[in-house]
Amino acid sequence: MHKEAAIREPLILGDDVTYSKITNDVLHAIEHEPTKLWKVLMTIATIVAIWGVCSILYLIGVGIGTWGLNNTMGWAWDITNFVWWVGIGHAGTLISAVLLLFRQKWRMAINRPAEAMTIFAVFMAGTFPMIHMGRIWMSYWVFPLPNQFGSLWVNFNSPLLWDVFAISTYLSVSLVFWYIGLIPDFATIRDRAKKPVPKLMYALLSFGWTGNAKAWQRFEEVSLVLAGLATPLVFSVHSIVSMDFATSIVPGWHSTIFPPYFVAGAVFSGFAMVQTLMLIARKAMRLEYIITVKHIEYMNLVIIVTGGIVGVAYATEFFIGWYTGVKYESYVYMSAGAATGPYAWAFWSLIFCNFITPATLWFKKVRTSLVLTFIISIIINIGMWFERFDIIVTCLSRDYLPSTWRMFFPTFVDLGVYIGTLGIFSVFYLLFLKYFPVLAFNEVKTILKSSGEKYKNMSDEEFKALHPVFKKDIK
Amino acid sequence: MMTDKKIYAIYDDDYVLLESAKHLVANGIHIRDVFSPFPIHGLDPVIGLKRTRIAITAFIYGMIGVSLALLGLWYMMIFDWPLNIGGKPNFSLFTNIPSFVPVTFEFGVLCAAHGMAITYLLRNWTLPGVIARNPYPRTTDDRFVLEIHPSDSKLSKNEIIALIDETCVLEIDEK
Repeated sequence: MHKEAAIREPLILGDDVTYSKITNDVLHAIEHEPTKLWKVLMTIATIVAIWGVCSILYLIGVGIGTWGLNNTMGWAWDITNFVWWVGIGHAGTLISAVLLLFRQKWRMAINRPAEAMTIFAVFMAGTFPMIHMGRIWMSYWVFPLPNQFGSLWVNFNSPLLWDVFAISTYLSVSLVFWYIGLIPDFATIRDRAKKPVPKLMYALLSFGWTGNAKAWQRFEEVSLVLAGLATPLVFSVHSIVSMDFATSIVPGWHSTIFPPYFVAGAVFSGFAMVQTLMLIARKAMRLEYIITVKHIEYMNLVIIVTGGIVGVAYATEFFIGWYTGVKYESYVYMSAGAATGPYAWAFWSLIFCNFITPATLWFKKVRTSLVLTFIISIIINIGMWFERFDIIVTCLSRDYLPSTWRMFFPTFVDLGVYIGTLGIFSVFYLLFLKYFPVLAFNEVKTILKSSGEKYKNMSDEEFKALHPVFKKDIK
Repeated sequence: MMTDKKIYAIYDDDYVLLESAKHLVANGIHIRDVFSPFPIHGLDPVIGLKRTRIAITAFIYGMIGVSLALLGLWYMMIFDWPLNIGGKPNFSLFTNIPSFVPVTFEFGVLCAAHGMAITYLLRNWTLPGVIARNPYPRTTDDRFVLEIHPSDSKLSKNEIIALIDETCVLEIDEK
């Protein structure tokens, strides 16, 4: 049996936790009628999603002129939302891949819902650049397909094309990673299902998984290697997204700090979103003994670290804005651009949400308080949206020629598409909570004996007395 | 024929199963397979499973992906239709490599991950529509089962059952 240092706090609480209790509790939502809370949330989410779909259809039908864009502001909320959603999509794979490589056992309680969040968030992110192309029915042109124009190929020197490859790879590899982990859990649901329709559905989803020794051996190897492959993906995706900006010549965008700064910001916002969703899910599904306060605290620690990196990046940008002596750069950072210009309100919201608020997490009382964590996580999500808004809109609104300086005003379509993606995301997420095994419960079982409260402080003798191997040993 | 029946020893704990498996193997019983709801660490050497080579396939698929990406980039951007984009090098693959790194890397990872995942599904024969053949439904929940074929070892069926019965087994079944 594996022993873990006694100083580590238990990850599964309670003296009565057994393997079947974990299965029963996690699958409770799937095997029972949905709760009232779920129905209410689903109704709201569906209404918002329908609004979003209508906005998107109107937008596609009429054209992107219905957005508040103008000559100066070619990018605004669309790309802000895109970067924001991709950023949120960074926590899932970070949790399941990077924390797997570091053998962090606490990841097991949260990796499944976080990966689901990642996949849905990247879906939402993908809609924005596709719409922004103007003619969405031609969006397959981003792929290097032979065509009747020559063939005229896509430009592989462009970060926008790197983005296409990075995000589609990230999405599909995350999906595969997620699904391979889901197969054994679907098999459990299949073997427990009593009604024929769910049984057939989960039999199809579980791919005939049996859980024999060789399959588990391969499963562990594949998980490890996929984690190794997904880890550089996590870092490359947002680095490449940042190059959409960093390789341009817009003051405020043209910055070598962008890749690490964007990655840290993405993990920061991703973890905040995981907190928001997990704090609701653990309560609603009564899984407090698996997703413990300790898990919430660990995630808050990651938020402190990545938030700190983001804070240092802000300071560095200001310092470099002054230090380079480039007047355009210093204009963006020092004078009318960010802190005192017409978008100062957005800038100071960002500082409040991303710099001051997360700093309170340094206090243990705050980061172990569920209510405060919930509030802070929402504030961080708002702050990270403002960060992308600041980078994109503030920098574009004041370009090289004062006569072309413009402000950006969102239209109802901008608003509808953004709120709508939140609704579509929520619909997906609620369906996931209802029909999918919300935790990787079979993985959680593997840490019960090493990290469960029941076993944690047991001596070897006590453990052996509890689990006798030979009948002659039973007294 | 009786000897064709498989013996299943059902346990309710992974630790007990692992220790029992050690005991049985030490007494000359060959364990054909183990069914469990989660991976049991330390079991593979006991029942004589070789290490899987699936990680090597990921490397091979990854290398294929990288080669294909470079070949495609060379064909599209250098050979078939070189474009002068901002004066960036467009006449040889080598000088253009830096801006090809992201796509090459992503495509390599894409091929490695998907190739390995498909290989994994095929080797396990876990595919859509496959019927599961785990002997007891609870092996995916909280039961741990050893599968023994009496013909694999020199011991008789009754000797095997007697040996299993020494351990804290929940149930011994034949089918």
